[in-house]
Parts: sequence; structure tokens; C-alpha cells
Amino acid sequence: MRYSIKKIAQGLSNKEFSCKELVEDYLETIAKKDKNINSYLSLFSDKALKQAEEIDKLEKKPSFLTGVPLAVKDNILVKGEVSTAGSRILENYRAPYSATAVRKLEKLQAIILGKTNLDEFACGSSGEHSAFGSTKNPLNCEYVPGGSSSGSAAAVSADMACFALGSDTAGSIRLPASFCNVVGFKPSYGAISRYGLIALASSLDQIGIIANSVEDIEIVFEAVRGKDRFDSTSLEVEEAKAKGKGKALKDLVIGLPKEFFTKGIDKEILELVENRIKDLQAQGIKFKELEMPHLQYGVACYYIIMPAELSSNLARYDGIKYGSSKQANGLIDGYFKTRGGFFGEEIKRRIMLGTYVLSSGYYDAYYLRALRVRSKIVRDFEQSFQKVDFILSPTAPFLPFKLGQKVNDPVSMYLSDLLTVPANLAGLPAISLPAGKIDELPAGIQLIAPALKDKALLSTAKQIEKIWTQ
Amino acid sequence: MNFEEVKHIAKLARLDFEKEELLSLQKELSLILDYINKLKEVDVKGVEPYCYSSLLKNVFREDKAFFKNNEIKKDLLDLAPEKTDSFVKVKSVFK
Repeated sequence: MRYSIKKIAQGLSNKEFSCKELVEDYLETIAKKDKNINSYLSLFSDKALKQAEEIDKLEKKPSFLTGVPLAVKDNILVKGEVSTAGSRILENYRAPYSATAVRKLEKLQAIILGKTNLDEFACGSSGEHSAFGSTKNPLNCEYVPGGSSSGSAAAVSADMACFALGSDTAGSIRLPASFCNVVGFKPSYGAISRYGLIALASSLDQIGIIANSVEDIEIVFEAVRGKDRFDSTSLEVEEAKAKGKGKALKDLVIGLPKEFFTKGIDKEILELVENRIKDLQAQGIKFKELEMPHLQYGVACYYIIMPAELSSNLARYDGIKYGSSKQANGLIDGYFKTRGGFFGEEIKRRIMLGTYVLSSGYYDAYYLRALRVRSKIVRDFEQSFQKVDFILSPTAPFLPFKLGQKVNDPVSMYLSDLLTVPANLAGLPAISLPAGKIDELPAGIQLIAPALKDKALLSTAKQIEKIWTQ
Repeated sequence: MNFEEVKHIAKLARLDFEKEELLSLQKELSLILDYINKLKEVDVKGVEPYCYSSLLKNVFREDKAFFKNNEIKKDLLDLAPEKTDSFVKVKSVFK
């Protein structure tokens, strides 16, 4: 990483560099690297440079984030700009308003460099389901960057943005953060308004942040979080007890669910995580083994609830109100042709699955049962958090894989979410931190906190990050 | 899942498919359903289905539009693939 947010703020106010130079620097990096990586779907170079010139004229910068260049996942709306969500069906859709999170950053005069690539409608774990080509892992272009916030994670990892907004429905921020060796944070459900986020599965979707450090994430989170009258599920998180400081390390108890350290997870990753745990034990952090018997059902539960919600949410793409449309003979023929023609394979697969589990005769067996299992997963977490402050696990069950390796095997691809999806099902805040490399490929470690303890999670994550990078 | 079922679901979902696509969907969906059938192992007797996070409360507001100006109206209408004046054009329902 070349710039942290604090470094940019200092550099600009001490006139070590101008905002224009800073933006030019990022744009040059993008011009040099992104042909290979394919993290940006659209770039706002002229607008960004003009905005930078205006900022250079300011006597005093209104905020820490003023002039800080960022990227926005292309399923989050930026007014006046194309928002494809990685889909042909929205290829020419120009957003009529900005998402609340974007509007808050615009108000602070952060600079949006462009919109980043993703799996279509945020459905995928590798970035390969984008209608506009796969993003490649900047650490090694033969490998996937992880998904679905593939472009956001790759852009931050390759110094093509200082930070990025992403979305996380089952791990879509944490997984690519782990694969690209950066930090990825999914807040509590509702902590950042979903207004202006193109819906995938509304009971699980959450906007979050990808950055190079926990400190940067904290700054951005403070700027974008909070209750929003345009999203009635948005809410305020709890203040951390001692302001600015988390619990002392020696008072911390971190839980290790047995079910998160089991078969199905790469041996090398488990070894790496065990070593990182030893680093923390050396600093006085205590660990406790937990039993959370329902975590293993997270992916199965998710692959009922998500397609059910997605198939309902995506019913709006009818070729009439907005989005791409195919000529047809009458109304119903138009639905079939538009949806059949513009949705990608994975989206159609999930719509079919969702339609099936909600269809008459199957509702109780699938959807209702999944909601009951979801309650049991929530209860597992509630009981665990009576014994521990946070829960720790690997972020991904395996290392970044090669492009094309899993794309034709949906079930194996779906298992990428094994360790991340429980936090979405329970609405909990979770963060992935870089934990080291195995044969040059990065692995992340995830920390999960009780609902609304986002600030406490970030301040502890900051301490842990420091221990691991020492 | 048999082939007729896949065809029926595609019709409900309003998705056009070629026959080969339906055949491979039949295979893939069956594999996914095999996996999610894992949930049958869980004893859910007496467990309430999860609806929304217990942290959320109902939010009420007056039934009044947020936007007072007509600008957003024009922007939204401009997004429609077909329109006449200030109306979104819908394809014909009856022949």
C-alpha cells in the first residue's frame, strides 16, 4: 500500500502533494495494471481530476476523507453513472440517484474513481460470473480474486483505489479480501443503509468496506454508517465502551467453534491459523473451544433462503420499467425473451432454484425449514457470545483457486461461503484480516462479533492486526 | 427433479431456455437439492422460523412523497425502454 487515509489527509494538508497529483497517481496505476486485472467496469477520470482541482483550491479540507480516491462496486448506485451490477440486463442502466453510503462520501468530498467488477448481481465466489469478464487476482493473474466484490478487492490490493465499497450477502467482501490479501469488513445487518444497493437477498445483503488496514476501515465506517430514513432496516451500532480503545488484550476471550476447524478446510490454512492464534496467546488473549452444531448447515440454509429472496427481487427485471428489453409478441413473450436473453447462467440457475423452493407443495419442506434452521444458527451464536467476546476462524476453507477451476461445479463453488455465511444468516459484524501466505497465496482470518458491536470489533481487530504485522 | 418439473419451473420463473440448457439445469439443480437436503438432519420441532433480526422495529412514516420536485420523475421515466409522453408503455396483453 502506498497511501493510508491518514497519510493522504496529512499529505494534502501539509502540501506534500496536491489532490490532482494523487488522483493522477491512482489513474496511472489503473492505466498500467487494469488491462490485465479487469477490476474497473467504468472509470470517471475526467470527473475525478476536476473534483481534485476543486479540492486543491480549498483553504481547509472539510474532512479526513476529502480527496481520498475510492472505488464503488457496480451494484451500488452513483447518480448519473451506469450501474450494471455485472449484468447484461442493466448494461445501460444509469442510476437516477446515489446510494446513501455513496452520498455520504460525496458530501465529504471523497473522490470516486470508478465502478468495480463483480459477479452478476453479486452472485458468485470467484468474480467469474460477471457478464463483463472475470477479474484476475493481482497477486497472481492465473488465480481468481474471490467474489463477489472481485473488482473492489483487486483494486484496493493493487493500489488502484485507497479503499472500496462492496457488498456482502454470504461472504462477498470477506472472501475476496482474503484472496487478495486486504482487509474486508461486513458490518452488522443494517449498520450501513442499503438504500441504493441493487438487491440480491434482502434479509442478508449488507454494504461494507474493503481497505488496506483496519484503521482505514474504521474511518470510512464512521463516515457511511447510521440510520437512514430511506432504509427502514438501518440502525445505529453500539458505542465501544472505552472510546478509541478496545478491551485490554489480556481480558479478551476468543471462541474457536469446533465446526469451523474441521474437515473440508485446507490443512495448510488450519496450520497457519493455529500459528496466528499462538501469536495472540503470547499477548495474553485467551481462547475457548466452542460447540456450534448448526454452523455446518449454513450453506444449505443459505442456498434456500438466498434463491428464494433473489427470485422475488429479480422479478422486477421485466423489460418494461427499466433495464434491457427484447422485442416480443405481447407481454408474456417479452418477459421470457428479456429475462432468458439477458440474465447470465448462474442467475438463471438461482432464479430456478428460488422459484422451485417457493413453489406450492415445497414451501414447508424447503423455505420454512431453512428459516427454522436459521433460528438455530442465530441461537448457537447467542449462546456462544455469553462465553466469549469474539469468534475466530479462517475466512475461506481453501486458498485462491485458478480461474476456471470451479466455475462448472456449482456445489463446490458454493462451499466457498462455508465459514462466512453464518455471520450473514445471524446479521453479525465480521471482518477478514490478512493472516499470511502459503506458497505465495494469501489466506485471511475472520473475526465475528455480537450484533451491533461493530466498533468493539474494529478496535480489537486493529490490535490484532498490529500483533500479526509486527 | 424430472424434466417436466424443470420445464414447469422455468415457465413460472418467466425464463426462456433451449432444451439443452434445461437438461443441464435438471442435472445441476438435482445436485444442489441433494446438498440442501442436508437440512433434513436438523431437528426443528418447536423452533420458530427466523423472520427478521430482533433488533429491528417497525418504522412508520406519513404517507407522503419524499421528493417534491419532478426531476426524479423524469429521470425514472427516462429509464423505461418504451414510453409515450409521461407513461411507461406496456406490451399488449390481449391479441
